[in-house]
Amino acid sequence: MSQGSMNLMIGGEAGQGLVTIGQVLAKALVKSGYHILVTQDYMSRVRGGHNTFTIRFSPQDLDSPCEGLDLLVALNQETLDRHAKELNSGAVVLADTGLSCGQAPCLNVPYHDLADKRYLNTVALGVASHLLGLDLELVAETLETAIGKKKGDKVVTENRQALEKAVQWAAGQDHGLKPPAPEKEPDQRMMLGGNQAIALGALAGGLKFLAFYPMTPSTAIALTVISHAEQMGVVYEQAEDEIAAVNMALGASYAGAPALVCTSGGGYALMTEGVSLAGMTETPLVIALAMRPGPATGLPTRTEQGDLLFALYGGHGEFPRAILTPGSVKQCFAAGYRALHLAEKFQTPVFILTDQFLADSLRALTPFDLSGLTPVRPGGGGASGDDYLRYAITDDGISPRRLPGMGPELVIADSDEHDEQGHITEDLELRVRMNDKRLAKQKGLRAEVEAPVFTGPEDADTLLVSWGSSQGPVAEAARRLGEDGQSVGTCHFSQVWPLAPEQFSERLKKAGQVVVIEGNATGQFAGLLKKEAGIAAQRFIGRYDGLNLTPEYILRQLAS
Amino acid sequence: MVDIKDYGDFETAWCPGCGNFSIRKALIQALAESDLAPHQILLVSGIGQAAKTPHYLRCNCFNGLHGRSLPAATGARLANPALKVITNSGDGCNYGEGGNHFLAALRRNVNLTMLAHDNQIYGLTKGQASPTSMEGMHTKAQPTGVHSYPFNPVAVAVSMHVGFVARGFAGEVEHLTGLIKQALAHPGLSLVDILQPCVSFNKLNTFQWYKERVYKLGEETKHDPADWDAAIRLSYEFGDRIPIGVIYTNDRPAFDSFFPVLQKGPLATQEVDYGVMEKVLESYC
Ligand SMILES: Cc1ncc(C[n+]2csc(CCOP(=O)(O)OP(=O)(O)O)c2C)c(N)n1
Ligand code: SF4
Ligand SMILES: [Mg+2]
Repeated sequence: MSQGSMNLMIGGEAGQGLVTIGQVLAKALVKSGYHILVTQDYMSRVRGGHNTFTIRFSPQDLDSPCEGLDLLVALNQETLDRHAKELNSGAVVLADTGLSCGQAPCLNVPYHDLADKRYLNTVALGVASHLLGLDLELVAETLETAIGKKKGDKVVTENRQALEKAVQWAAGQDHGLKPPAPEKEPDQRMMLGGNQAIALGALAGGLKFLAFYPMTPSTAIALTVISHAEQMGVVYEQAEDEIAAVNMALGASYAGAPALVCTSGGGYALMTEGVSLAGMTETPLVIALAMRPGPATGLPTRTEQGDLLFALYGGHGEFPRAILTPGSVKQCFAAGYRALHLAEKFQTPVFILTDQFLADSLRALTPFDLSGLTPVRPGGGGASGDDYLRYAITDDGISPRRLPGMGPELVIADSDEHDEQGHITEDLELRVRMNDKRLAKQKGLRAEVEAPVFTGPEDADTLLVSWGSSQGPVAEAARRLGEDGQSVGTCHFSQVWPLAPEQFSERLKKAGQVVVIEGNATGQFAGLLKKEAGIAAQRFIGRYDGLNLTPEYILRQLAS
Repeated sequence: MVDIKDYGDFETAWCPGCGNFSIRKALIQALAESDLAPHQILLVSGIGQAAKTPHYLRCNCFNGLHGRSLPAATGARLANPALKVITNSGDGCNYGEGGNHFLAALRRNVNLTMLAHDNQIYGLTKGQASPTSMEGMHTKAQPTGVHSYPFNPVAVAVSMHVGFVARGFAGEVEHLTGLIKQALAHPGLSLVDILQPCVSFNKLNTFQWYKERVYKLGEETKHDPADWDAAIRLSYEFGDRIPIGVIYTNDRPAFDSFFPVLQKGPLATQEVDYGVMEKVLESYC
């Protein structure tokens, strides 16, 4: 077993229903009192290919996925061929009688004797649930909810029969799998991933408008908002392209609706002119950018942290912005909420930068505490009537933002350089003052930066630095090294722009060696640390094969 | 009553004799006659000579990026259904850089009035061909003449069953005022493609050229704008004779009408219900 937890993988082709049973199994584990951490590895196709759905579960909270499998549910031969070598000792494989398991300790399930071929995935679910000691009723109920059909429906009945047969069969098998006992009397927990949490955070922050163009791995942010849109009073539109999406969001935001766009690298490339427009017109905008490996179309369904500098520098001209990089699903919720508030306060674009690993990673969480949360309230302030100046020059750079049509004041926004009213100007002296005014907001943003979080000894021999989704794998790697008696600390940045070196420089300098760990090839954050804080990391560990960082990967790299 | 004086006087950067002056005049006249005050309207534009229009009358203004007036206008209108949203941009902005948005806007049918200042040329960048330039027109960028077939926005809009499609002429201010008024009253997307002489760069489609060709629908000839087949035929008439007037209308429901939340007024005035938010979170348990 992996560190008091168990790691199970379901593998097969797209179209075999492995995500459905993966989600049901994950949810049943959560309901039974486990913490979970799901990683999804899938190919960019709707049928065929090789896909996996991996659930690590434990009675304790989990930071990270890990390598090594305790239970492998193989829905095809390819899963066995690829993943048999990852089995831990004592692991069990579930495979159809027709598949060849080689040396692997295998339970050959007579799938076709147990159910019609439409329900093979349900059989796998039944056998796996039994091996994990899950309650049949609970699994059946979870499955019914997932199918979304009522009791008595033929599909529900047949699924239920397949499940029962599978469990009966499994009860007669000797397997020796010993899952850790679940937490007793667990709190009610939600199961959700990074994308969903960003959407919920934004809704909690008063989101009123969403525009998007579908792009993996960001689409579920939009789908989540849309699924609650009517309840929450949100207007949404699937735009004709990302250029339209960002310009729609800006139009809506200008008119007083807190607005969000979501996309991945290629779509963000198209949005950059809009990001610049947000900077110039000082229109609040939140961009949720879920990264995947590039360049170009890259690996559409895989993960990477390769667009940090693109998020930072995308958009022509110089203007302030903030980049939030949540490290966990819980932090995604906070980032969704906070991004809306920051964007409104500083009237500028704010990014939530995640990646496929975090976007798709399901976790168990106590429902977010909504007490004390307030929605963004756009607009207000400034002189009234004809004296109102949309771009009044102020010390902190923040000008009074009124909303068009909500009073007698006229609100003028212009993508050209403009005067305080908002009208086009080519007065070059005024241009400098306007540019200074906009950039002055960077100071305010900097004063509100979320400080990086440190763990471990003050003067650790080794300090592992991470940002965004690398947090978990780095935390677990550090813990394992600590258990081995090494002096290791971690430092995680959940906001990478602006950087406020006074928050971390001293501590980074105290460390024996600083190792920056991020999911890219060139060490983008390591470079930023050097440029902004003058701190040159001794080592950089990168990963860019499309897979997420794991504690084992980090430990291997550190040892090499 | 709203008076045209409420819309103010501004110094413009347009060439003397430019068709944009008449379009501005017709727009202000139509707004006043529709009893719309400056603070009740939002003019959204892209970039170009036409797109400067919102700076030359008192109004709420979102002068965004080249080609992007329609998406920005769409967002604004969907955020505040109380705003009367109008776009002012050129042929290049609307049909070239923003071509995909034009097609999508025709399908979407958001309650907007789209005034396309169609001078069949790129004015601001000093005289290159636009999507509506006629074949054979010579410019410095097209020294052997324009070889691409001109885009026909009116025909495309009619073919897409857009609820209000009209063609106007900057040289017929009163007639144009009437068209804009009707467009403003239409509860869905309304397109007015306006023939606009560019005295500095379009030496082919001059004021005189248009004047000799345009004729008013309903005056010399009868036309029923509800007759789609007739509208399609008219929309292709662009040669020796060019019809101006309302080409096509229907009463397809506007995109806005599918959002119940918009019946309650501007989104900015609506509270977040944290009780409902609790329930949303519970649905993940
Ligand atoms: C992205 C981008 N590309 C190019 C330009 C340069 N540009 C400004 S206006 C324009 C064309 C204007 O033509 P049209 O839309 O017909 O307006 P007109 O000036 O004729 O009224 C171009 C190419 C720009 N501002 N932005
Ligand atoms: S260049 Fe043409 S369109 Fe522009 S102001 Fe002059 S005449 Fe008008
Ligand atoms: Mg033009």
